[in-house]
Amino acid sequence: MELVKPGIGLIFWMTITFGIVFFILSKFAWKPILNAIREREDSINSALNSAEEARVQMAALKSDNEKLLNQARAVRDQMLKEANEIKESIIAQAKKSADEEGRKIIAKASESIEAAKLNAMNQLKTQVAVLSVDLAEKILRKKMEDRTQQEAFVNENLKSISLN
Amino acid sequence: MKFNNKKIIRYLVPAFLVILYVAFSGFNALAQQHHTDTVTHQSINANEQESGAINVQVHGEADPEEDVPVAPGHKEGKIDAGKLIMEHIGDAHDWHIWTYKNEHLSIPLPVIIKDHSGIKMFSSSRFHHGHATYEGYKLEKNKLVAVNGDGSINSNADFYDLSITKNVMSMFISVLILCWIMLTVARQCAGNKGRAPRGFANIVEQLVLFVRDEVAKPSIGPKYAKFLPYLLTIFFFIFINNLFGLIPFFPGGANVTGNIAITMVLAVITFIITTVNGNKNYWGHILLPPGVPKALWILLIPIEIIGMFNKPIVLMIRLFANITAGHIIILGFFSLIFIFGSMSPYLGYGVSVVSVAFTVFMNFIELLVAFLQAYVFTLLSALYFGTAVEEHHTAEHH
Repeated sequence: MELVKPGIGLIFWMTITFGIVFFILSKFAWKPILNAIREREDSINSALNSAEEARVQMAALKSDNEKLLNQARAVRDQMLKEANEIKESIIAQAKKSADEEGRKIIAKASESIEAAKLNAMNQLKTQVAVLSVDLAEKILRKKMEDRTQQEAFVNENLKSISLN
Repeated sequence: MKFNNKKIIRYLVPAFLVILYVAFSGFNALAQQHHTDTVTHQSINANEQESGAINVQVHGEADPEEDVPVAPGHKEGKIDAGKLIMEHIGDAHDWHIWTYKNEHLSIPLPVIIKDHSGIKMFSSSRFHHGHATYEGYKLEKNKLVAVNGDGSINSNADFYDLSITKNVMSMFISVLILCWIMLTVARQCAGNKGRAPRGFANIVEQLVLFVRDEVAKPSIGPKYAKFLPYLLTIFFFIFINNLFGLIPFFPGGANVTGNIAITMVLAVITFIITTVNGNKNYWGHILLPPGVPKALWILLIPIEIIGMFNKPIVLMIRLFANITAGHIIILGFFSLIFIFGSMSPYLGYGVSVVSVAFTVFMNFIELLVAFLQAYVFTLLSALYFGTAVEEHHTAEHH
């Protein structure tokens, strides 16, 4: 029965010891340990939260990038299209103006050809006239060596000239 | 098939352990029956307790006082297992270190007595291990008693024995180590803010987290923080004292948490904290049990009040009985060696193999029990605090 009879001395020392231990540990051990644990948990939580945030931001950035890329692509397409159009129009214009120019040149050329032809014709005409006059003169000189013949010719020509 | 076998083994092993435990508990009762038997024993004197010496002095069997009948379990050639075990799990006024060839080495501890003439303080070596009377007191079966002038025991004497006994001393040592460990860990924690714990702090933090997250939070609820320091203190106090109790020699070997005075103080503190923190809901539950007809109150209120006191008593007895039983079993195994050894030394050697094997096994169980009982005490305290501060009525806490 001695076993289940609490001794007063042990109760006394236990109460004092436990009180002191409780005080010391609460103040100098549990507080810093629990604080450290809580702080670590907080820092882990905040780290996880910020990682999550970063992830969300990354996703947002990614979608932003996508959007920007799409925009850029659209702009590029637009620009290409416009450039194409401009190119087309420039080519068309160039073609038109070249045509016109060509036509003008051709026109000018044909004009000048015409003029040269005309000129040549005129010269030819004059030449022919001179030659024919010379020839006629020579022939006449030959034919009109004798007098009778001259008279006959003049007469003949005079006959052909009608005075109207 | 293999998977099935494993599954069966998983259930068989605990079942086997439980059966062994029950069997050993039965043995422990048997060992106590041996209480009055005295078995002759040739050379080994296993009694350690009441030896002691004057200032760690060694004294041999030539001491004429050795034959004084105060120490029957100790007499040369005799062994009394029941007495031996009881002395081991009980308290003592000196701390036995070892016995070699009937020479005992022990540390005398201070005796402090408060009686009508004031406080007396002297070394327990003055008692010469129960053989001598000093200042009107003497040791009777390791217990301090007052004696009359003629040497007879005065059982009516009014005095308080506040001695630093073996249990008190062991408790001092263990709490010093506990404080040292915790303060070291706390310093490490403070210097290591926000980082992962290292080394020993890691183990301690795991246990602290265990108490906080597995014991305090689920049992108490949102108001757990207020009770956490107390819960941590009792958990580690019980745990370290349980572990020290498993060390068979100095500075362990005492049976601190297996002493009813220690568990009583712990249980009373739990009871006081529960009662002081009891809110309207808690007292309403006891004094005006809700949800039952008023006619039943006459029956229920006394039950609830008894229950209120019953809780700490159960706490007290559970820890005390578990730790003491473990010590008794282990000591029983060792006594077996000497009991059989007294029949024949060869039988003793034979039994020692079995005894040591079983003791090793028991020690592993005791390691588990050391943790488990600290956990159970803390958990139940937390549950009681939980019922005291609980705001809404729930069915399972009654």
